[in-house]
Amino acid sequence: MDGEADGLAAGSESEDSGRKRRVHGMLKLYYGMDEEGKAAEMAKSLDPCDINGPHFDHEVFLNKLRRECSLAELMDQETCMVKQIRSLDSDMQTLVYENYNKFISATDTIRKMKNDFKKMEDEMDGLSANMAAITEFSACISGTLQDQHAQITKLSGVHTLLRKLQFLFELPARLNKCLELQAYAQAVRSHRRARCVLQQYSHLPSFKGIQDDCHAIMDTLAQELRQKFRDGGSSAKDLSECVELLLQLDEPAEELCDKFLSHARSRLESDLQGLEAEIRPYPTASAVIDAPARKPASPAAAGSPTDNAPKASAIPSPACNTDILEFIDRGCNEFVSSLCLVITSYQELFINHAQKGELASKNIPQMASGKLNAFVDDLAARYFSLVEQRIQEEKGVGDNSLLVRALDRFHRRLQAVTKLLPGSAVPNQGTEIVMRAAKERVKQYLSALQSFYMDSLTDVRQALAAPRLSVASAAAAAAAGGGALLGGPASGRDAPTGLPELLSSLSASILNQIKSVLASVHLFTAKDIAFSNKPYFKGEFCSQGVRESLVVSFIKFVCQSSRQFCDSAGDKGGSTPPALLLLLSRLCLDYETSTISYILTLTDEQFLVQHHSPVTPVTTLCAEAREAAQKLLNHYVKVQGLIISQMLRKSVETRDWVNTIEPRNVRAVMKRVVEDTTSIDVQVGLLYEEGVRKAHSSDSSKRTFSVYSNSRQQARYAASYTPSAPMDTNLLSNIHKLFSERIDIFSSVEFNKVSVITGIIKISLKTFLECVRLRTFGRFGLQQIQVDCHYLQMYLWRFVSDENLVHFLLDEIVGSSAHRCLDPAPMEQSVIEVICERG
Amino acid sequence: MEDDAPVIYGLEFQARALTAQTAETDAIRFLVGTQSLKFDNQIHIIDFDDENNIINKNVLLHRAGEILHIGASPADKAVLTTCYHKTSDSRVVSCAAVWRMPSDWETGSHESPDDSAHNPQTLELLCHLDDSAHSNVACVLWEPMGDGKRVISLADNHALLWDLQESSTQATVSSSATLEGKGQLKFTSGKWSPHHSCSQLATANDTAIRGWDLRTMRQIYCIENAHGQLVRDLDFNPNRQYYLSSCGDDCKVKFWDVRNVQEPVKTLEEHSHWVWSVRYNHSHDQLVLTASSDSRLILSNMVSISSEPFGHLVDDEELSEGEDNHQEEKGKEPLQDSVVSTYEEHEDSVYAAEWSSADPWLFASLSYDGRLVINRVPRALKYRILL
Repeated sequence: MDGEADGLAAGSESEDSGRKRRVHGMLKLYYGMDEEGKAAEMAKSLDPCDINGPHFDHEVFLNKLRRECSLAELMDQETCMVKQIRSLDSDMQTLVYENYNKFISATDTIRKMKNDFKKMEDEMDGLSANMAAITEFSACISGTLQDQHAQITKLSGVHTLLRKLQFLFELPARLNKCLELQAYAQAVRSHRRARCVLQQYSHLPSFKGIQDDCHAIMDTLAQELRQKFRDGGSSAKDLSECVELLLQLDEPAEELCDKFLSHARSRLESDLQGLEAEIRPYPTASAVIDAPARKPASPAAAGSPTDNAPKASAIPSPACNTDILEFIDRGCNEFVSSLCLVITSYQELFINHAQKGELASKNIPQMASGKLNAFVDDLAARYFSLVEQRIQEEKGVGDNSLLVRALDRFHRRLQAVTKLLPGSAVPNQGTEIVMRAAKERVKQYLSALQSFYMDSLTDVRQALAAPRLSVASAAAAAAAGGGALLGGPASGRDAPTGLPELLSSLSASILNQIKSVLASVHLFTAKDIAFSNKPYFKGEFCSQGVRESLVVSFIKFVCQSSRQFCDSAGDKGGSTPPALLLLLSRLCLDYETSTISYILTLTDEQFLVQHHSPVTPVTTLCAEAREAAQKLLNHYVKVQGLIISQMLRKSVETRDWVNTIEPRNVRAVMKRVVEDTTSIDVQVGLLYEEGVRKAHSSDSSKRTFSVYSNSRQQARYAASYTPSAPMDTNLLSNIHKLFSERIDIFSSVEFNKVSVITGIIKISLKTFLECVRLRTFGRFGLQQIQVDCHYLQMYLWRFVSDENLVHFLLDEIVGSSAHRCLDPAPMEQSVIEVICERG
Repeated sequence: MEDDAPVIYGLEFQARALTAQTAETDAIRFLVGTQSLKFDNQIHIIDFDDENNIINKNVLLHRAGEILHIGASPADKAVLTTCYHKTSDSRVVSCAAVWRMPSDWETGSHESPDDSAHNPQTLELLCHLDDSAHSNVACVLWEPMGDGKRVISLADNHALLWDLQESSTQATVSSSATLEGKGQLKFTSGKWSPHHSCSQLATANDTAIRGWDLRTMRQIYCIENAHGQLVRDLDFNPNRQYYLSSCGDDCKVKFWDVRNVQEPVKTLEEHSHWVWSVRYNHSHDQLVLTASSDSRLILSNMVSISSEPFGHLVDDEELSEGEDNHQEEKGKEPLQDSVVSTYEEHEDSVYAAEWSSADPWLFASLSYDGRLVINRVPRALKYRILL
């Protein structure tokens, strides 16, 4: 089809491609690809315009081009096509050259092969000739040697028999010699070899004699072995060898078990005594002497000399006890490893051996393993009690890793026992010890945290007390040098620090301490610690142990101790410095807002706590902290209020108000009150936010107040001047009170500065009022009160949330003193202002 | 059963002094002393008609000065003591005196109640309870349940025991005790114990409470720092001889066992300002009344430290009378210490509160603005205590 299409080709450009296609097609035909290829191609492209497709129709293509393209495009198409045709031509040429070269090299190779084969054929002929000669020789030799071979075989059989007989005859002498040389193993081996034969031929007198001799010798040997076994001076290895031999000599197994175990026990107990001596090496002087005296008695128990050295040096110096890791190490190396050795050799001797041999039928393995279990349990119990004693001595909380490593080692080494004795309760008991130790540790950490907290409170207290600067100047210092102080927390402790610095350092140090404790406790659950994957350490230890009894308990302790500050101080006259109350209150509040949830999240993350049992929720703790913060702040208000109240009360009670002189100044105590209030304001401002206050009315300035006050007071005095209407005064004040809200003096305050200061001012002014009501005033006494109240008004309104409160209380004070005045002639408002402004 | 509304009575003057007329056991009667610098002070005799909820008042003049404290004789209805401020030569002195009410004060009021204010009668002075050596009397205490012959006055740092003779017209100091210590010590209040045949006295000065034996005039116990601040008032439990309550400026009310003064038996912290007065009910000592300058009066039910901690004990005979009664006793749950109720009728500081001597379920309180409020124990509680 292709060829036909090419033949009809009219365009010069298609002639080249047509030729190429033909060649291509013929090649295809030659290699038989044509039919299948076509089928595939047919499916692929039936497009007659695809120039590379098999169905290319140049007519259609040309028509299409002519129809669709412009002249320029046609030209481009043409040049492009010519270019392609040329490149295809050169490609084909290269192909032809390459194939030609290959042909030539192939012809060469074939010619070479023909030559080589000819040579090989000659050599093969030579080889077959040689092989035939060799076969001939070999047949010849074997024919010659045939007779001699049979003779040699017979002779060697006789020789062996003679050797055996000689062995039997020599046996008594050999056994005796072995006995002399104490080569018991060899003796037993020899005897065992001969025993059957002797038994078999015992009807022959000569053999009988030999057998009797051997029996006698073996009896003495057994005797000697038993003696050696009983003496017990030998090492475990000797001993086990001894037992093995005795077993082979048909000794009763049970008795041997008992003996073996009792011997092992004596050695293990000397290990235990060594450990015990280490736990309480120095209760009395006699013990110190006793311990070295006991030691040489059991040199085998002392283990390697390196172990021996520290112990010897530890005993004379009572100051340094061996640390727990060393102790556990020693326990492991000496006791546990020899226990393992005993178990292994015992099992080897009495259980595994017996199972193989004829002893199995006598229930020996069951008996033996029963004995072994009892033995191990007993000794392990003693060992555990020693370990527990030692762990309990571990009180210091400095480095937990040592303890954890010791426990880990302890636990790990017990796994060896598990492997040896699968059914034993020993490893479980060991795990329990580890659990108990961990619990104990958590408790110790809690108490360490608590004492740390109390200590840091003491530090804070000292820091607050040491520079008895007024708080205002401390605050100024803090504002100026705060950065420097923050930079050096070590010096911050001695230097006069501001409250915020103290607070932040306190909370940071507590947090750090908690973190470090958590890190220490975390060692218990570290991945490389073998016991950390026990279910206890995965679950209960994390949730109940660490979270509840450590972290939650500590937070509760903080809240509780804070509350105690309020209670105790209330009764014993305020021993706690108020700044500390304020600081703690802020601390508790911070705990409520963020720290508690942070700590708990940290704990939960670190320990991946899965709460199987109900745990204290964050909200409960937060509520507790908030309550503590509230209580502390209330108490702070109370204490500060009391301090100012006392000043006011003293000033009112000690003065003779009837005979006082005309006021020229504000009394010093009022200035002091304002000063103290200001400094409290600063102090609270360091830790608490400003808080909301009612919008100041436009008349909150001094000037407008005086008008307000003046008008009201004038009305009052006017009323009280009228003798005919004594009711009016009460009426007026009652009506006023009817509309004003009842003021709770010692009420709860909010967590902001304004609320705190308002509380303090309320307490102070109410005290002022009550004191004034108990006194009687002269004219100038009243005027002095007027001046004082005006002064207070000038300065106090800015501190409180609702200035009307101050208005109201001061009004009440002036009103009450006017009532208690013998000659109520109020001072001119302008004069009051002048006096107050003069200060 | 609703509780009766409180009855309010307003005085024209400010007042601090209130007492029940102790010798009167039939009528509900309170005495109020006023405090006024400019006008003649008065003693108001307040009769309360329980059935009609009506108050009758009579006024007697007390010209000597403003009354700080008032005490009624336990034996003679007409006799009373006052502590008052006397102002002379621009000096204010506290004095104390025994007075007798005019015999016909009651008749006068009945005829023309409106006139009584205009034409009041005057108290008759029996004797002064002070001498030049001991001025500044803080309070005068009558011997409880006595025959009206012995009083104690607390003046500065002295406690003086007076014998009244010849119908109380003559008073002589029979013995005295002096509080000694650093600084200017001053008694602020006191209470004569009704126990131990009236041989003990408790006084308060600053934050301490002291007990005195009147036979030897020696101190027998001392509660240092009983309150964080000034102790304002004391009262003895009428039925338990060692129990004492106190109140003070730390807003607390404390209950003490004087045999163990280290810790209070109980502390109440209900008030939001100084507590000025504490009073046990005379017959049911679980009921305690406290008055405070937070303008509130609080009635508490202190069952756990009362003489009847398990409620009213029923005799066996009574029990046998009816099974129902017995059942009821069983069903009753034990009472808890609690605040029974808070009374907020006052607008100003309440300085005094007193139980009526005639009706154990009724009490009066007095605030500085002269408002006297008469209240009753809530019925529910009353029946609970009685039944």
